[in-house]
Amino acid sequence: MAEKTIDRSQEYVRIESVTKRFGDFVAVDNVSLNIYKGEIFCLLGGSGCGKTTLLRMLAGFEAPTSGRILIDGQDMASTPPYERPVNMMFQSYALFPHMSVERNVAFGLEQEGLTKAEVSNRVADMLDIVKLGEFARRKPHQLSGGQRQRVALARALVKRPKILLLDEPLGALDKKLREHTQFELINLQERLGVTFVVVTHDQEEAMTLATRIGVMNKGQIVQVGTPTDIYEFPNSRFVADFIGSVNIFEGQLIEDEPGHVRIRCPELDTTVFVSHGISSAPDAKVSVAIRPEKIEMTRGAPEGAENLTRGIVKEIAYMGDMSVYLVKLDSGRMVRVTIPNVERHADERIVWDEAVHLSWHASSPVVLSQ
Amino acid sequence: MVRISGSPAPQGLSNSRLGLLHALLHQYGPPRWSRYVREHWSGQRLVIAVPWIWLFLFFIVPFLIVFKISFSEIRLAMPPYAPLFEWLEEGRRLVTTLDLSNYAFVISDGLYVSTFLYSLKIAAVSTVLCLLVGYPMAYGIARAAPTTRSLLLMLIILPFWTSFLLRVYAWMGLLKSDGVINNVLLSLGLIDMPLTLLYTDLAVYIGIVYSYLPFMILPLYANLEKHDITLLEAAADLGARPFKSFFLITLPLSVPGIVAGCLLVFIPAVGEFVIPSLLGRADQLMIGRILSDEFFANRDWPVASAVAIVMLIALLLPIMIFQRYQRRELEAAKR
Repeated sequence: MAEKTIDRSQEYVRIESVTKRFGDFVAVDNVSLNIYKGEIFCLLGGSGCGKTTLLRMLAGFEAPTSGRILIDGQDMASTPPYERPVNMMFQSYALFPHMSVERNVAFGLEQEGLTKAEVSNRVADMLDIVKLGEFARRKPHQLSGGQRQRVALARALVKRPKILLLDEPLGALDKKLREHTQFELINLQERLGVTFVVVTHDQEEAMTLATRIGVMNKGQIVQVGTPTDIYEFPNSRFVADFIGSVNIFEGQLIEDEPGHVRIRCPELDTTVFVSHGISSAPDAKVSVAIRPEKIEMTRGAPEGAENLTRGIVKEIAYMGDMSVYLVKLDSGRMVRVTIPNVERHADERIVWDEAVHLSWHASSPVVLSQ
Repeated sequence: MVRISGSPAPQGLSNSRLGLLHALLHQYGPPRWSRYVREHWSGQRLVIAVPWIWLFLFFIVPFLIVFKISFSEIRLAMPPYAPLFEWLEEGRRLVTTLDLSNYAFVISDGLYVSTFLYSLKIAAVSTVLCLLVGYPMAYGIARAAPTTRSLLLMLIILPFWTSFLLRVYAWMGLLKSDGVINNVLLSLGLIDMPLTLLYTDLAVYIGIVYSYLPFMILPLYANLEKHDITLLEAAADLGARPFKSFFLITLPLSVPGIVAGCLLVFIPAVGEFVIPSLLGRADQLMIGRILSDEFFANRDWPVASAVAIVMLIALLLPIMIFQRYQRRELEAAKR
C-alpha cells in the first residue's frame, strides 16, 4: 500500500510488558508494543499465538495478569469495556439478531445519550459510507455475509472510536470479496483517520492492510515492522518461514568480513556468498533463507553468477500468474523456485526432469542466526 | 446360505424342509408393498402418523364425545344424559334434541364465571411468580460451568422423583397453624399468634409455584443456554452497562423461552385440581374443582361438559400463541 505519513513521535496505544495467563497457560508473554495514531497495525500469527487475547485485553474483555495498557496516555487497567474509547469488530460480527441494521448501528450511539435526531443522522451517514442505506430496515439474517461484515464495521465505526479493533475482519468472506473488502477497509480507514488494530492469521491480509505488522508466536511478539521489513528482512527462522514461502539452508560461517560473508552449506554443494555483513561469532552455525522468487532458473549456466547450483526439476505447479518448481539438488535437497509466467505460450518453459542451473544475487539471501 | 429368489435351490437341500420353504418362497415371493404404498408412504409420514393416531384416539374422539354431551339434556339414567338423536314411534320419526341451555346456564350463572375468572387470576399470578423465581435460576444455570450445569439441572428435576401428591401434603404440614413454619416463627418470638397460611390464596400460589417451577425453568434454560455470549461483549463494547445489556439483548432474545415457560405453567394451572383442593380456600373453588364436582358429585354431565368446552376454548387461545412463537423460533433457528 501507499506509504503514509504517520507521526511516530507519540504512541497512541502503549502496551507495557503485558502478560496474560489462563491457569498454567501463558497466552500473552511479556509483550511490549507501541501503536501510533492513524496506523493499521496487524497482529499476525497462527492460531493460539495469543493475538486474539491481546486484542481482547485492548477491548477490556480480559484483564492483563501483569503489565499496563495505555490508550492515548490513559491507563486502561480500571476502565471497563463499556467506558473504553475503543470499539471492536468481532470475528462472528456479533450482530444483534433481533434488531434491524439501523438499530444495530444506532445501539452504540444510544448508549451515549445523544439526541434522537443526532443518532439517526449519524447512523444514516455511516450506512451511506458502508453502502447499506437501502438495507437499513433489514434484520441481520436477511443479509449476505459481506453485508453483515459491513454492518459490523459500521456499528463499531459510528462510535468514532480512537481505536478500532478488528478480529479476523475478512475471515468469513470468500476470496474475491475479501480482496475487494481489503481495499475498501483501507479507503475507509484513510477517510476516517481511525487507528486500526487488526488480528489475522492470513499473511496476505496483513501484508495488504497493514502499515506495520507485529508477528506473534507462542504469546510473544517476535518481530515488528512494515510489510516489506517483515518479508525481506525477517529476523528469525520463524518469521521467514511464517511469512510467504522460503528455502532455508543450514550452514556454517566460513568467511566474515564487514562487506560480505561466505557460508558453507553442505546441502547446496557450494558456498553462499552474501553481500552484506552480519554480526555473528566466527564459525557460527547459521541459516540462510532465500525466497523462491529470488532464485533464477536457467538451462545453461549464467555468466558471472556468484551463487550457483544445479538440480533436476521434479515438480511443477502451474498457478496461472506464476509457476512453482520443485528442483532436486545433487544433495537430494528440494528447492522451491517460482517463475512468473510472462509468456502465454508454454514452448519455452522448463519442463519436468530437465537439468537446470539455479542462481541468485548476492544480496538476496537473508542470514539468520536464530 | 438360503437364496430367496432367482436360481433354483442347491441340489442337496431340495428334499429337506429348507427346500420346501424355498419352494414356497419361490412360488409366492416375499411380501411386497403395493405400488401405492411405495410411492406415497415415506418413512417420515409413518413416523408422524403415530402421534396423529394417538392424538386422534385419545384427544379428538373424547373431545367430540364431551362436545356432544354438552348439547344434551340431563337425564336420570345411565348414562345420565339424553341422546342427541332419537328414533321415536318405532323408527318412523327422528327427534333431535340440541340443547344449548347448558352453555346458557354456564355463561349466565355467576358461579361459573367467577370461578373461571378466579382460576385465571390464580394461574396468572402463579405464572408471573414462577417467571420471577425461575428466570434468575435458569439464567444462573445457563451461565454456570458445564459440569455444575448438569448437576443443577438434575436438582431442578429431582422433586419429580417423589409423588406430586406427597409433596403437596408436605406443604400442608409446613403451612398449617401448628405446622413447621408457624412453630419456628413462634419459637423465635417473631409472632405471638400462629399465622393463617393454609387454606389461603397464598398457600395455592406457593403450591403452584413450587410444583410448576421446573416447567418454567427448563424451557427458559434451553433458550438462555443457546445465547451467544459475544453479543453481550458487543453490547459492552458499544457502551452498554451489564444491567442495560441484559434488558436490551438477553431479555428480548429470551422471549420465546419466556412464552414457552409461561404457557407450560399457565395452562395446567388454570385447570389445577389437587393444589387448590388441598391448600386453597373452601369458599372459593377453582374451575377444575367445579368440573369434577359437576361430573362426579352432581352427575350433571351435560353442564360439566359445557364447562369443559368453554374452558378449553378459553385456553386454546394461549396454546395457539405458544405454537406461533414456537414456529417463529424454529424458523429463526433454521437460518
